[in-house]
Amino acid sequence: MLTSQEVRHIALLARVAVSDPEVERLRAQLSSILAHFETLNQVATEGVPPTGHAVPLQNVTRPDEPAPSFPRADILANAPLQDEDAFRVRAVLEF
Amino acid sequence: MNLYDLTVRQAAEILRKKELTSVELTRAVLDRIEAVEDRVKAFVTVTPDLALEQARQADGRLARDDAGPLTGVPGLIKDVICTRGVRTTCSSRMLEQFMPPYDAAVVERLNAAGMVMVGKSNMDEFAMGSSTENSAFYPTRNPWDLERVPGGSSGGSAAAVTAGQCFYALGSDTGGSIRQPAGFCNVTGLKPTYGRVSRFGLVAFASSLDQIGPMTRDVADTALVLGAIAGHDPRDATSVPLPVPDYLQALRPDLKGLRLGIPREYFVEGMQAPVEEALRRAIAQLQHLGATVDWEVSLPTTPYALAVYYIIAPSEASANLARYDGVKYGYSALDAESMWEAMEQTRQHGFGPEVKRRIMLGTYALSAGYYDAYYLKAQKVRTLIKQEFDAVFQRCDALITPTSPTIPFKLGEKVSDPLQMYLSDVCTIPVNIAGLPGMSIPAGFADGLPVGMQIIGRPFAEETLLRVGYAYQQATDWHTRRPPL
Repeated sequence: MLTSQEVRHIALLARVAVSDPEVERLRAQLSSILAHFETLNQVATEGVPPTGHAVPLQNVTRPDEPAPSFPRADILANAPLQDEDAFRVRAVLEF
Repeated sequence: MNLYDLTVRQAAEILRKKELTSVELTRAVLDRIEAVEDRVKAFVTVTPDLALEQARQADGRLARDDAGPLTGVPGLIKDVICTRGVRTTCSSRMLEQFMPPYDAAVVERLNAAGMVMVGKSNMDEFAMGSSTENSAFYPTRNPWDLERVPGGSSGGSAAAVTAGQCFYALGSDTGGSIRQPAGFCNVTGLKPTYGRVSRFGLVAFASSLDQIGPMTRDVADTALVLGAIAGHDPRDATSVPLPVPDYLQALRPDLKGLRLGIPREYFVEGMQAPVEEALRRAIAQLQHLGATVDWEVSLPTTPYALAVYYIIAPSEASANLARYDGVKYGYSALDAESMWEAMEQTRQHGFGPEVKRRIMLGTYALSAGYYDAYYLKAQKVRTLIKQEFDAVFQRCDALITPTSPTIPFKLGEKVSDPLQMYLSDVCTIPVNIAGLPGMSIPAGFADGLPVGMQIIGRPFAEETLLRVGYAYQQATDWHTRRPPL
């Protein structure tokens, strides 16, 4: 069973704020799902390579050709905050 | 028969013969939406003005004899697929106001084919769910019984196809999200081989599993729509540069010489007896059509597929959904004080419970100290699942399984127990893990509710699935039944 502290740590890594009732609910739900994952320990996988995706394509490349970007206004149209043709963000470094 | 209940091919024939215009046909569908949408709730957005404008353009093409088999026929797009200038929400508060600046590759292709788009369909938020109850807006109801779920995550698309609110729809399928709702709503739904259809413009959930596919009233329509959306696209590096066959050519009324396998692990514990009975009758029918049926097929790693899926899909989702930070687009917690608070509150309020649950599961599975035990282990078991399918396809041309172990369940029945909800996809998940094509077709009714049969094939053998499904539909009429709405 996960502890409340572990749930809060995962939430921090995922950058999702969680309320106290959410922590308790997630603790029970995530623990029961993680317990189900333990069934995988019954499968022998020594020497088995991992599969990332099922199609045998590797390192797909294309010519690096310049092409027009989207119009700036189209991209900024969805911005929650904007300022002088740019995304407005909060300060990352505080002095 | 009602106009809105026709197949795509029947509707196209009426347009081609000029018995009706696309504008008239589109009005009939818009009227049907108006009449039943209050009860079904299949749409996030209905687009009547756009649809009528596209219908007028289609009528122009029809008049010039410049029309294809989809020109002027109303279709519906799942709201996880980007449509330029039409909001694309993923049924999430996070994207409630999001206006894509471009069309998905499949939308470009359908537009070129003359699509009339009547709207965007409701879904489980970010395609995470099996009942469409995880929509942030409202649940979609199963037109066969409004107290029951239509399945998910493409529940809006499936419900709309069976309810006459469009002639065809697109869905997306990461673990069964086309096939399971198709089965629940008496619809034909195909998840193509991974790489068959471009994912460019599909809002990403689990990138190694996601695939877009058609949901229609019969197999021939699925063949038609698949042909229109399939093909290589350099903007999706995982789309495969193989030619697209003429899928309609694959349709034949018999199954002589075809070897079908019934993997015993799919007749799982907890499978409802009337579902199993319907499926056994359907398999007998396939035999009657000339197929040989092998009941001794085994895929022993199948019981582990669910755990593999619920490690891999949330892991990929946790990375894909990191982009929702409240800066570039989407919901933003504007009154938060600091950057981190803004990001954490944006994600707290913008995402619903299931999305947050999966992001956190994935974050945990990928975190230091757990990566090998969960993610790497799951990827290794994934290899075994794929190898078992490869071996079985040495002696079988296709596999037949139930689409879902149960009939459609009641709204609210599984909401509080995520693991029970996940079990609803136990028969469809292995197909995504192995990247194979899978199709669900109507195979009868149990207690008055639809039962789906799943057909699984070799990579890029969509033609085999279509052939099996088409022959079955020539001999049965389940797919022609419509709900009493």
